[in-house]
Amino acid sequence: MRILTLIKRVPAPGARINVTDDEQSVNTANLGFTMSPHEECAVEGAVQLIEQHGGESTVLTLGPAEAEEQLRYAASIGINNAVLMDNGGEDWDPQRTAKAIGDAIEQLEAEDGPFDLILFGNESADSGGFQVGVRVAHRLDRPMVNGIKGIDVEGDVIVARREVDAGVEVYKMPKPAILGVKEGLNLPRYPTMKGRLASKKVEINAVPPVADAGGQVKVRLLRPVETVSNTVVLGTDESAAPAVVDLFEELGVL
Amino acid sequence: MSSVLVLVESDQGAMAPATHEALAFARDFAAAAGLAVHALVCGTESGMAVEAGAHGAASVHVADHPLLDDYGPEAWGETLAQAITQYAPAVVVACGTDRGNEVMAQAAARLDLPFVANCTEVEPGATEMTRTQWGGSLLEQVTLDASTRMLSVAPHAFEGSLAAVPGAGMMDMFAPVLDDSLSRTKIVDRVVLSSGITLSTAPVVIGGGRGVGSAEAYAPLEELAELLGGRVGCSRAVTNNGWRPHSDQVGQTGTRIAPELYIACGISGAIQHWVGAKASKNILAINTDNEANMVTKAGHAVIGDLHTLIPAITAEVKKRKGL
Ligand SMILES: Cc1cc2nc3c(=O)[nH]c(=O)nc-3n(C[C@H](O)[C@H](O)[C@H](O)COP(=O)(O)OP(=O)(O)OC[C@H]3O[C@@H](n4cnc5c(N)ncnc54)[C@H](O)[C@@H]3O)c2cc1C
Ligand SMILES: Nc1ncnc2c1ncn2[C@@H]1O[C@H](COP(=O)(O)O)[C@@H](O)[C@H]1O
Repeated sequence: MRILTLIKRVPAPGARINVTDDEQSVNTANLGFTMSPHEECAVEGAVQLIEQHGGESTVLTLGPAEAEEQLRYAASIGINNAVLMDNGGEDWDPQRTAKAIGDAIEQLEAEDGPFDLILFGNESADSGGFQVGVRVAHRLDRPMVNGIKGIDVEGDVIVARREVDAGVEVYKMPKPAILGVKEGLNLPRYPTMKGRLASKKVEINAVPPVADAGGQVKVRLLRPVETVSNTVVLGTDESAAPAVVDLFEELGVL
Repeated sequence: MSSVLVLVESDQGAMAPATHEALAFARDFAAAAGLAVHALVCGTESGMAVEAGAHGAASVHVADHPLLDDYGPEAWGETLAQAITQYAPAVVVACGTDRGNEVMAQAAARLDLPFVANCTEVEPGATEMTRTQWGGSLLEQVTLDASTRMLSVAPHAFEGSLAAVPGAGMMDMFAPVLDDSLSRTKIVDRVVLSSGITLSTAPVVIGGGRGVGSAEAYAPLEELAELLGGRVGCSRAVTNNGWRPHSDQVGQTGTRIAPELYIACGISGAIQHWVGAKASKNILAINTDNEANMVTKAGHAVIGDLHTLIPAITAEVKKRKGL
């Protein structure tokens, strides 16, 4: 089996997200970088499926040259190949992103054959457009379901499960297929020392992206109005219990 | 008169409550923009035209096709794309739920139109809007340049309500042309889970974070949750450690909760956790650190060790309940 996973490098903010003075981006001074937890699960899912069914897995990102860090992280937990589409770290809208990624997939498939399964995250952690995977799937004329928390490969059929309020929906798609996965699909492993060392040797395949901008243009980022609270401190040890239960009574939750 | 077309989200013939939010938004938006409100129902109609009318739709296009008798993102997306081509609405709106965003993305891909997900404010021309990023921790103002403006409204950004002046809800049958191959993404099976209180509906949620320390240490939180008729939730640090299943996780990539009371124990209140908890009506933070974000944002706090405090609270609750 051949599996491709798409990941996006994003800042890892803490208690609040600060915006740069020009209001164009997240202030990343002192911040680390990561990918969406959904994408971490997609990477882990790809590694597990290859462990079960054999084959090889590839990870691809469109972003700044530094996104090599996220590619190598994926390699450190078992992904075999890495592709970097360096767009200089510009903010690309979802249509443009999808076009560039679609082009790259066509090129990779022309060289090495089709991917049986392509995994996206349910949504990017930062911009949350909820669409890049769907657009790519339409372009490649492949079945695509988003929000997936369970995947089984049964011969030429991909069985995918999606959690909804009332339970679970089951989808069965012919290969090749595309899925958008959600955190909870699995519990991603941590890289081992051996994995980290091996990931340093993985060759990064550079595919330059070209695509025109789409119709959604960012004007500025802003923080939502923050909750200000004059926190009432009920105590500092177990003697606070009666005051806590008074609060339960007051709120009618007892 | 040109229209705002609202995608009705439904499951097995029942309208999703989120659609009421999209219709309420569309009603006010249409009034300001001088447009008519239309709705699109996919599959079994079963009274949804009347319901959409009561929420303000003047006209309801009912797409009837065997492929639409259950949900499938491709068949629904193709149907929406054909409806947009046929009725040429100025604006297309869905609620930004899993299905809403998925069907809009499918239709937008087919028409090669932009699609702006999770808007919280839209100018009457629908060329400028504000949308959420980071699951609502950040907002982005965007401009939209498109012949047809496709957008979803962020869940809970607009309140669903009956229209003061109901729409006619006039039914109009619409026959999409759908290729059999689109059945490839139709639901083939459902597993119905036993209904009970879920994280998103529980009146009380007791969240335990990294400060709880181990999987076993959730037992006292479970006991208190049971006494209060609530549910235990957790942070991502906890699911990552394998202490609790992901279905208990509150936050950007977990569940959004809105209980009467959220008791956050040993949770620092990272922004991605906070966006999932901020709709709680009251928050009590229990934390050893009085500067933790969760503490400074909560209405009430106890600055102390959750391991001694939770059992003490449980004992006090039992005493008052005479147990
Ligand atoms: C894109 C993205 C999405 C994310 N999505 C989510 C999400 O959906 N949900 C989520 O929760 N996180 C999410 N995170 C992770 C988030 O950033 C934090 O890492 C996480 O919420 C931290 O969990 P925590 O508060 O339990 O742990 P910590 O931040 O380690 O906090 C532990 C807290 O416990 C307190 N404490 C320790 N011991 C005790 C004690 N004995 N008694 C009382 N208090 C004690 C400490 O003072 C501290 O405040 C996401 C991150 C990213 C990058
Ligand atoms: N710049 C990018 N590079 C690689 N994958 C991306 C990029 N942007 C989006 N994706 C993928 O598409 C999914 C959905 O993105 P979005 O439509 O932006 O919410 C993400 O979870 C990623 O898997």
